[in-house]
Order: sequence, then C-alpha cells, then structure tokens
Amino acid sequence: MPELPPLPTISQLVFTGFALFTCASALGVVLARNLFHGALALVATLFGVAGLYVMLEAEFLAVSQVLVYVGAIATLITFAIMLTRSMMYGKTSPLNRQWGKTGLFAVMIFLALYGFVGSIPWADSAPAVLADESMIAALGVEFVTNYVVAFEVMGLLLLVALVGAVMLARDNN
Amino acid sequence: MDWLNLVVFPVIRIVVLFVVLLTGFAYLTLLERKLLGRFQVRYGPNRAGKFGLMQPLADAVKALFKEEIIPNHVDKPIYVIAPALALVPALLIWAVIPIASGMPAVADVSIGFLWILAIAGVEGYGIILAGWSSNNNYSLLGALRSSAQMVSYELPMGMFLVSILILAGDFSLVNLVDNARPWWEWIWLWLAFPFFFICILAETNRSPFDLPETENELVAGFQTEYGGMKFALFMMAEYTNMITTSAIMATLFFGGWRGPFAEEIVWLGPIYLLAKIFILLCLFIWVRASVSRPRYDQLMTFCWQFLLPLSIGYMVISALLAVFLK
Amino acid sequence: MVPLTGYLLVGAFLFSAGLYGALARKNAIAVLMSIELMLNAANINLVAFWRYGDTPADLTGQVFAVLIIALAAAEAAVGLALIISVYRERKTVDLDELDLLAG
Repeated sequence: MPELPPLPTISQLVFTGFALFTCASALGVVLARNLFHGALALVATLFGVAGLYVMLEAEFLAVSQVLVYVGAIATLITFAIMLTRSMMYGKTSPLNRQWGKTGLFAVMIFLALYGFVGSIPWADSAPAVLADESMIAALGVEFVTNYVVAFEVMGLLLLVALVGAVMLARDNN
Repeated sequence: MDWLNLVVFPVIRIVVLFVVLLTGFAYLTLLERKLLGRFQVRYGPNRAGKFGLMQPLADAVKALFKEEIIPNHVDKPIYVIAPALALVPALLIWAVIPIASGMPAVADVSIGFLWILAIAGVEGYGIILAGWSSNNNYSLLGALRSSAQMVSYELPMGMFLVSILILAGDFSLVNLVDNARPWWEWIWLWLAFPFFFICILAETNRSPFDLPETENELVAGFQTEYGGMKFALFMMAEYTNMITTSAIMATLFFGGWRGPFAEEIVWLGPIYLLAKIFILLCLFIWVRASVSRPRYDQLMTFCWQFLLPLSIGYMVISALLAVFLK
Repeated sequence: MVPLTGYLLVGAFLFSAGLYGALARKNAIAVLMSIELMLNAANINLVAFWRYGDTPADLTGQVFAVLIIALAAAEAAVGLALIISVYRERKTVDLDELDLLAG
C-alpha cells in the first residue's frame, strides 16, 4: 500500500491562505479595469505580504510594511488617483498595444522562475531566531554599525526625495 | 491546556472588550449631547428614560429601522464595506493596551508602539473609500481633505510616539506602564501632551478639525451619501476612535491603570483606566464646545510649519535626556 | 514547517504580475503600483532567504528589506509628484499620450 503524504500542518495551511490571498490580489492590481479597485487590491497585497513576514518571524518588518506601505505609500497612491480622476472609469482599454506580448513574456518569466526554484533542493527547515525584542535591538545595532553608510545614504535620499517631491508638485501659478 | 490559553481566554476577552466598547460608544453620544447642552445652558436630551438614559437605545432603534438606501451611482461593494473598515482599526488598537498590572487587553505583543502607529496609518481608509465610492463631489472633497489631514498629522504624532518610545526604551506598552518612571520624565511627557492631543484631534477628525465633514461647505463631507445603519457605523467609528485614542493617551501620558492600590488589588486597574479615559473624553467634548474651526490652509500650515519642527525638536531632546539622565 | 520554495514562488508570482502591469498598463499610476509589487517580491525573497539561511542571527536580509521599504517610499513620493505635475500640464496620465519626444 502506497504511503499517504503527511497531512498539512497548521503553519502550512496558514501559509497557503496568505500566499493565495497575496497572489490573487496581486493579479487584481494588474488586471483591474477600474484604477481605484486596483489600488485597493494593492492594499490587500501589501497586507498579504505583511502576513508572510509574520510567518517568517520578522514581526518588525511586518509592522513596518503596514506602517510605510499601507499607511503612507498606498494612501498617497489613492490620493493621486483621486486628484487625476478624469481617467476614473476607463472608456478605452486600460492596456496599451503591447499587452499581449507582455503577458506572454510575464508568463514565461514566471514559468522559468518556477522551474528554476523548483529544481533546487532548498532547505526545508530553518534555524531558530532571536526573540522579537532582542531582534529589534539587534537590527538597530546593525544599522548604526555595519550598515551605517547605507543608513545615512538612505536618510539623505529620503530628504532629497522630500524636497524634490515638493518642488515638482508645487503649483507655480 | 494550551487550548484554554490560546483560544478560549482571548476570545472571552475580545467579546467582553467589544461589549464594553460598544456600550461605551452608545453612552458617549449621550454624554456628548448632555455636556454640549450644559455648555450651551440647556438641558440636552432628557425625555427617554430617567435623565435621558434610554436615549442611545432609542437612537439605535431608529437607525436600525431606517430604510437601507444604496444610491444608483455609487461603487457598490466599496460603498458597503467602507463604514465597516472605518470601525475596525479603532477596535484593533485595543489589543495592546494594558488594562491592569501586567495584563494587556488581549495580547502582549512585543511591538505595541509600532502596532499603534501602523493601525493609525490604516485608519484613514474607511473615510477615503467612503468618499471615493459615493461618486459625489462633496464626498470626494471630504475624503481628500481627510486623507491629507491624517497623513500630515500622523507625522508629528509619530514623532511624539517615538520620543516616548526612546524614553521608555521598550516597545511593549505593558512594560511601559509597569516600569516606574522618574519624576522629570513625567514632567517632560506632560509638556508634550497638549501637542499630542492636537494631533489626536486631527487624526480622529474631531472638532475643531472636522473639516472632512463641515456641514456649511461640504454638506456632510464623506458621509453625504450614507444613511441609516451605515451612517450609524460611521458615528460608531468616530466615537470608538475617541475612546481608543483616549485610552492610548491615558496609557502613554497618565500611567494607564496606575493609581492608589492598583498594584495590590488587580480589579482597581481597569477602573482607574476607565476614569482617566472618561476625563479625557470630557476634554474632547469641552474642546468641541469652545474652539471654532480653522480654515483648511491654517490647519495644514500649523501642522507642517509648527507642529512637525516642534515634534522633531522634542524627539532630539528626548534622545539626549535618555542618554544622559537614564 | 513551510518549505522555502513556497515563499520563493510567491515572490516569483508577484514579480511576474508586477512586470506584466508595468509593461502593459497605460495609466502611469498603475505602472507605479506594479513597480511596488515587484519591490515587494524582492523583499519577500530577501526575508525568506534570511530566515532559511544558515545564520539568521546575522540580520542582513532584514536590513536590506528595511532599506528597500524606505526606498519605495522615496520612489512613490517622487513618482506621484511627477505624475501630478504632468497631469497639471497635459490633463492626462495616459502614458501612450505623453509622446512629446516621439518626433
């Protein structure tokens, strides 16, 4: 009698749920005809990714994801959609001429990645990590020691982006 | 058994929390009308029941039995889901607020501070979605105002939260209240409280910062197209938000459940917390009764040119204090 | 335990979907949203490799992910400012109609 595959564990079930949710809403982002629905699907995707981070035991990243992506970036995007709303319900197709070729290309890329990822025997289990509290502290230490240059450059980049965005969006009249 | 700790107790806590919060919401509306009445030298509602105590019940019955109208021109799924999305974040924040010595309302997440910040960022969505899906210029303008206002005031609010976090040196709200703080830290915290309170007023769209729903220019702002129970849900969101933010302020600035004998007698903790929340709620209503609404550009200028630099300065000084005095 | 492959596949899917959106959508804001999807795909991979790597005590993957999130914020701010100023000039955010340079 052939051996049955083992039953999925709870973490596998939860992962499958998050993964399907994330992928379905990502499809919604690129396929939605109504741009605002696409933006909402983006919010759902970002939440799904945050859920995946929690499953990977990176709680700090998960909350940062919600804080920065959902709280700030996605709000900005909905804001921009509302400001440019003459395009609200597309009377024309939301896709350009090359959508057919692009779609084929994207599917091929996914299949290639699928084959590639599937062919390598990755580790099935992971070593234990630090508790959250000490992990956040360790992350902070990393930023001011090993990655201090990247951290400072990031600060500078954010400042430049801030000034640039204000200059660009300012109404000159 | 793990089942008890993992499923049964949290569920019981959540149910109790919801019942308390929703009852609190109902009587907060009554409290507000009563107090506003007193501020304006009249009685306020006093017909339904003794002192008008049955008034919230009458309101609820009225909202429930109104006809549910969904206008033809709205984006239907989003229109229906928006009021619910406005309410959920206000309930979620409660998960991390400590209600008694060493006891959080639902779960002691190690990232309590970030949880507050993250959920506060999500809070605007209900209003944005409502304004957009109503497909009405007044609604859209209300939603635009509200999202701009919330994103802007989130910055100084976040800075103040980070300052408190630097001083506390711990992401957990439970530990924040449990650990004793030196006297200078309390004074330094209370200096920031008025400004934090202003940010909270703007975040909850409360008067005097209720520009997203100004009745004299935008009809009713983002909720123009809503009626019946869906409108009641927006009311519920606004008032639950008031309660939640009062609980946050009580926890951050006034020691949460702390009070005389609260450490020995555990059940005193929630009572002290409720008392502090009650006082802060009265502050909300007092402000509504006595401060007039600013213009929108004044609101934005105040945030970006005064509050934000101030909060950044506060954060720098807090960091220095934490390094040199702790 | 969920195998690493699962996370990598989600990442691959998000990346492909983002790629399709970025190349096939007409609306500039939609393109920006698709790029956010691709950044998220990269982030999932970074965090997953960090978690399943030999030394999760070394937080490099998370550091990179935090940097990418900050980068995405900067990108969205500048990108949307650009889109809004273009909209003010041309009254459209349709990329097919923004063809001043196409002789």
